[in-house]
Amino acid sequence: MGFTPHTKEEIREMLAAVGAADIEELFRPIPTGLRAKSFDLPPGMSEFEMLDGLRELAGRNGHIVPFVGGGFYDHLVPAAVDHLAGRAEFYTAYTPYQPECSQGTLQALFEYQTAVCRLTGFGVTNASLYDGGTALAEAAMMALRVTGRSRVLLDGAVNPFSREIVRTYLANLPVEVVEVPTLDGTLDRKRLAAELDDRCAAVLVQNPTFFGCVDDYTDISAKAHGCGALLAASVYPVSLGILKSPGEMGADIAVGDGQSLGNPLNFGGPSFGFLAARKELIRNIPGRIVGETVDREGRRGFVLTIQAREQHIKRHKATSNICTNQSLCALRGLIFLSALGKNGLAELARRNRDKAEYAKAALAAVRGVSVPAGPPTFNEFTVRLPKGADETVAALLRRGIAAGVPLGRYYPGMEDRLLVTVTEKRTKGEINLLARELEAALWS
Amino acid sequence: MELIFEKSVAGRAGVRLPASDVPDATPLPGELLRAEAAGLPELSELDVVRHFTGLSRRNVGVDTSFYPLGSCTMKYNGKAMEEAAKLFTPFHPMVAMLPGGESLAQGSLAVLYGMERQIEEITGMDAVTCQPLAGAQGEMTGIMLIAAYHKAHGAKKRYIIVPDSSHGTNPASAAMVGYEVVTVPSAPYGDMDLDAFKAALNGEVAAVMMTCPNTLGLFNPHIREICDLAHAAGALVYYDGANLNAILGKVRPGDVGFDVIHVNLHKTFGTPHGGGGPGSGPVGVKEALIPFLPHPRILRGKDGTFSLSTDGPKSIGRVANFYGNFGVVVRAYAYALMLGREGLTKASELAVLNANYVMSRLKDLYDLPYDQTCMHECVFSATRQMPRDVHAIDIAKFLIDKGFHPPTVYFPLNVKEAIMIEPTETESKSTLDAFVVAMREAAELAEKDPAVLKKAPVTTPISRLDETKAARDQKVCV
Repeated sequence: MGFTPHTKEEIREMLAAVGAADIEELFRPIPTGLRAKSFDLPPGMSEFEMLDGLRELAGRNGHIVPFVGGGFYDHLVPAAVDHLAGRAEFYTAYTPYQPECSQGTLQALFEYQTAVCRLTGFGVTNASLYDGGTALAEAAMMALRVTGRSRVLLDGAVNPFSREIVRTYLANLPVEVVEVPTLDGTLDRKRLAAELDDRCAAVLVQNPTFFGCVDDYTDISAKAHGCGALLAASVYPVSLGILKSPGEMGADIAVGDGQSLGNPLNFGGPSFGFLAARKELIRNIPGRIVGETVDREGRRGFVLTIQAREQHIKRHKATSNICTNQSLCALRGLIFLSALGKNGLAELARRNRDKAEYAKAALAAVRGVSVPAGPPTFNEFTVRLPKGADETVAALLRRGIAAGVPLGRYYPGMEDRLLVTVTEKRTKGEINLLARELEAALWS
Repeated sequence: MELIFEKSVAGRAGVRLPASDVPDATPLPGELLRAEAAGLPELSELDVVRHFTGLSRRNVGVDTSFYPLGSCTMKYNGKAMEEAAKLFTPFHPMVAMLPGGESLAQGSLAVLYGMERQIEEITGMDAVTCQPLAGAQGEMTGIMLIAAYHKAHGAKKRYIIVPDSSHGTNPASAAMVGYEVVTVPSAPYGDMDLDAFKAALNGEVAAVMMTCPNTLGLFNPHIREICDLAHAAGALVYYDGANLNAILGKVRPGDVGFDVIHVNLHKTFGTPHGGGGPGSGPVGVKEALIPFLPHPRILRGKDGTFSLSTDGPKSIGRVANFYGNFGVVVRAYAYALMLGREGLTKASELAVLNANYVMSRLKDLYDLPYDQTCMHECVFSATRQMPRDVHAIDIAKFLIDKGFHPPTVYFPLNVKEAIMIEPTETESKSTLDAFVVAMREAAELAEKDPAVLKKAPVTTPISRLDETKAARDQKVCV
């Protein structure tokens, strides 16, 4: 089936108006030699058959209790987010090219920009990017443009997937990407200092790091600026409810993934990426920006602005090729932040840490498991196991628990380390269950 | 309307968190904490609901109005696809990457695998990845694949050829991957000038990027010749799938000779575009480019189980954190399953009929720079209205007052005062007739009372906005 409304009679009338004998005549501009060799697809289904089929597929996914992060987090999503972002006028609209009939989307994006600027401590942001990993790659490219340099320093404690995206994006450019190996989950400041010189466009770091460690990069900002480089920090937006913002650290660019702000896990997408920066860098920012202006009667209104950076005007000289972004997911982020509010986000951040600290103690009490000493953590932390993390995680998965991310496959030499994530959604009972099952998996 | 920040009342709270069942942790050292809480609004839940409901009423979507944006395929999105997407939402993507975790994600992996196979058959390509997160990222991924291919064959390439009528993302994507862009002008018949193309082609050209039907809605009969010439010069040919909705079941780019294609799921497969995204831009390739595809790849074993493969030594790497915009892929897959072979073919046929119908009903009043049978969209020019100082933008704004979202204006760039109309297959003859009446009224007013058009829109909460002021003041947050 399809969603076409045409009756036979209407098709006949329309063909008559066009002056064609049949629909096939309209395809005559296509030479016969170019016609499709096959179109071997199954016949169409009714919506009920389609839903039955997909329900059966969805049922093949197992149910698990996730103690995994890796850049995506299992957070609460208030019901209002679904209901408001699901309103058809938001949901079925296109890019706001005609501002008079898209003020809803435009004002929401202006408010989103304000919320992101306030969270990150910067003066400008765009109307969203694809995800956190691509946002970090865009930040690297932005720094290369701003400085005219060709070297990027990438902390090894940045999310491995994001690092891989940065390398993929820069692979064909005359740019050197230098990874600074992590010092047990944090930035190795000595190694960084040795690599940092006046060829560097940017230092890319993450807070909290992939290992969950919380850091203050104020000193790194100063060092980077000292040799004319920019500091770009990837941040976890929920943590910004309490943690020092990249702006407060003197960084130049902040990026991150907005999934944790009101977007469901969705098997990894869609979510949204954000990129904020010092206001002076506004002309180098990738993506769309919404700006405030007035109409002919002087009433406030919003438009897409500073478009002379964008691909549809600048073509190959644009700041980025990004066209479609993730507006609807950014809208969800704004509704989420509005519903929680100033104190709610701080409370959510504290709750995440409270739960993680409880879990840290519970796991440290498991025989043979230790929590390495190190800097404070937010809602993720690593534990050292008495045997391989891969087999332990596999054993717990069979019991319905995703105990964490084994670090060995991303950090050779760390085969006995497990990265455990605890959000506000994990109950004390689930955490205790994790500790019990871990003990059982290790010793029975 | 007031900003949500202006509605904030200190001390008001919206959502309440569940009571904590664990003790409070020792606070973090002060130097790691922000000096003060971020300045988010403080509102009750009802405040928030009223605010965003109010904003939504200042928006137009496909569910509320005819939305004939040329080059952007805004078709109706069936509600069943939303139900399909809800079946899959809560799954954490990392679980599938854990040791033994693939077995827990068989349903989601089956959807990705199924969609990839459907796109292969629809486009005539040998392999597809759903990882790219939008059409433009699909383009960039495609160009990266082309770069990796040439590199593996030891060929040094510097240039990418694009026609001047291409989408702006084409040259931008090529430049992002490090290529120099060579723009080839259009011939008087509206497509890339073949002689200029031949002159631009040399051994250093990595690829040619084509949209077919092109941005004028015209099918280029020389498309195979262009592919053959490119291949003979050692270049690959890229197909921009933005206009794929016109040719489903009729032409498969893979059969014509294209090497790489991206598909916009939010256009051809009708998923919601949410006021600017999310999209999804799967990429298809011919066999020679398969080793370079981004990972993870989704494989199907002999026993029918799905697994993730990350061991492609030639892979360009990753272009997104996980498996693409999975939620969008589910909707598109549901759409493809519902339409099937006949439904997809019919969609293209009726999209083309609708465009030709609108074209035939308006060409006596508006200039039609390329008066040929069009595909899914037609491009008029407002030049006939210009002597009365009426421009494409004035006609667009008048249509808003008549209850329609305007067509695309001022694109493609090679048509002066362009008005680009793409009705899509889901609009009825009655809707098209009403739109034609409004367009004819605009043409009449341009003759008799152009002031009405210059004043439009008057039915919206705000009138025409000062874009220069926005760019000058750069007020992008409060």
